[in-house]
Amino acid sequence: MTLKILRALVYVGAILTALVLAGIVGYILINGIPHLKPSLFEWTYTSENVSLMPALVDTILMALLALVLAVPTGVGAAIYLVEYARSTSRFVRVVRMTAETLQGIPSIIYGLFGLLFFTTMLGWGLSLMSGACTLAIMVLPVVMRTTEEALLAVPESYKQGGFALGAGRVRTIFRCVLPSALPGIVGGVLLALGRCVGEVAALLFTAGTVAQIPDFGGQGIFALFDSCRTLAVHMYVLASEGLHMDEAYATAVVLLILVVILNTGANFAAKRLKRGM
Amino acid sequence: MLFTLAAAISILAVALICVFLFANGLPAMFQIGIPEFLLGTTWKPGSDMYGIFPMIVGSIYVTAGAILVGVPAGILTAIYLSRFAGSRVASVLRPGIELLAGIPSVVYGFFGLMVLVPFIRATMPGRGLSLLAASMLLGIMILPTVITVAKNALDAVPKSYYEGALALGATRERAVFRILVPAAFSGIMAAVVLGVGRAIGETMAVVMVAGNQPVMPNSIFEGVRTMTANIVMEMGYAADLHRGALIATGVVLFVFIMLISLLFSAIKKRGEER
Repeated sequence: MTLKILRALVYVGAILTALVLAGIVGYILINGIPHLKPSLFEWTYTSENVSLMPALVDTILMALLALVLAVPTGVGAAIYLVEYARSTSRFVRVVRMTAETLQGIPSIIYGLFGLLFFTTMLGWGLSLMSGACTLAIMVLPVVMRTTEEALLAVPESYKQGGFALGAGRVRTIFRCVLPSALPGIVGGVLLALGRCVGEVAALLFTAGTVAQIPDFGGQGIFALFDSCRTLAVHMYVLASEGLHMDEAYATAVVLLILVVILNTGANFAAKRLKRGM
Repeated sequence: MLFTLAAAISILAVALICVFLFANGLPAMFQIGIPEFLLGTTWKPGSDMYGIFPMIVGSIYVTAGAILVGVPAGILTAIYLSRFAGSRVASVLRPGIELLAGIPSVVYGFFGLMVLVPFIRATMPGRGLSLLAASMLLGIMILPTVITVAKNALDAVPKSYYEGALALGATRERAVFRILVPAAFSGIMAAVVLGVGRAIGETMAVVMVAGNQPVMPNSIFEGVRTMTANIVMEMGYAADLHRGALIATGVVLFVFIMLISLLFSAIKKRGEER
């Protein structure tokens, strides 16, 4: 009897989850799509048009910059852990432990650290650069872990084949191991990208909330030290000001679409990895 | 060599985070006085009173509420996905849960602000911005974490356990609840602990729905302020000791997270030893 009840509860739980999911996504889409007006996509932000375009461009710049920093480091670290290190050494244990620690740290702590280190101590101010560096540390463990998993999934015979053909260790890694692990790595990068796109707490005090695109034309490389707001920060500002709720709904739709694209991409990559084996 | 350097970056990052957080937070904590800081119940930066006890309690309440809401639904959904779902339902629900995991926390917060808060205001006492709203929203937000980790634990139980139970004449329900779930217990606990970690560290969604009064809540319909909210609300304009006190709040939060992740690895280790 109790088992029957438990089974019924299982169904109730699953239905509840499905309802919550459908409710949130449906609610945002229904309220947001009618407000997706062309004026939201004008190049400059004014309090008239409440354009999300600068925030969208800033998001892309911020995420790319963060990934440029985090991906080579994360992939390199994973290659070290899988291909070079002896898993018993103390160094490896500490690397793994710190990577796990980084993964558990909440984004507001990253924000505090970014504020103390990049913004204040290095004197970068509220800027694209401070924000991107903070995000890079935040997503580093994501890239590391997914790359490690992808490398471990590559059959040993690929590596042995490379060695047997006379290739050195580095050449074997870059020519035999990495290409077949690529879908998994791409999946990890997309996950990291998703976290960058959705982040607010880590960026409020590192990148600031100025709604404009850094002026790379006028200032060149120094525009990296301009303050800018990403789409998620933009949305938070709109929602907390409470003046432009329609635009906030529309921004939520754009954020949601971005996340769906990234998720689908990551899944697709994961499937490719499985099929490739 | 370059690879070793890349691997060392994560050590460097953790070291830097610890050093900067503690170097900026601890002096303020000492200046305020550790008992006054941790156990003081008045947070009034204007008159130099920095007691974060209401915020510590707030974080714990909100997290406990999120666990009450999210964990039962999450575990049940994991069991459903692992054993009861047909392949067609699973092929819809699984990407859905991944989507739920990917939705940014501001979007959750916005949803809470526009739907949950007005609903609570209309049907229950209080102004809607409350402990209850934050708990419900966080409960939803930890769902994907709990579901994914618990489902992995259930799937990792050797097939022979389940089949053995069936062969002994157990019904499917009995095999699942008497054999599968107990065998996956440590993995399911790990899912709960991860959920706790996510809930206690969540910032933006909580700030948007919790009301943020820095006082001890007397009921679930009153507003609360969590440690994360305390930092994010006042860091923008804080200076001197006030700023130090906020960073020290971050230190306390950091210690909480470390304790949770220690608990997590202890549970994982026990699971592996079995």
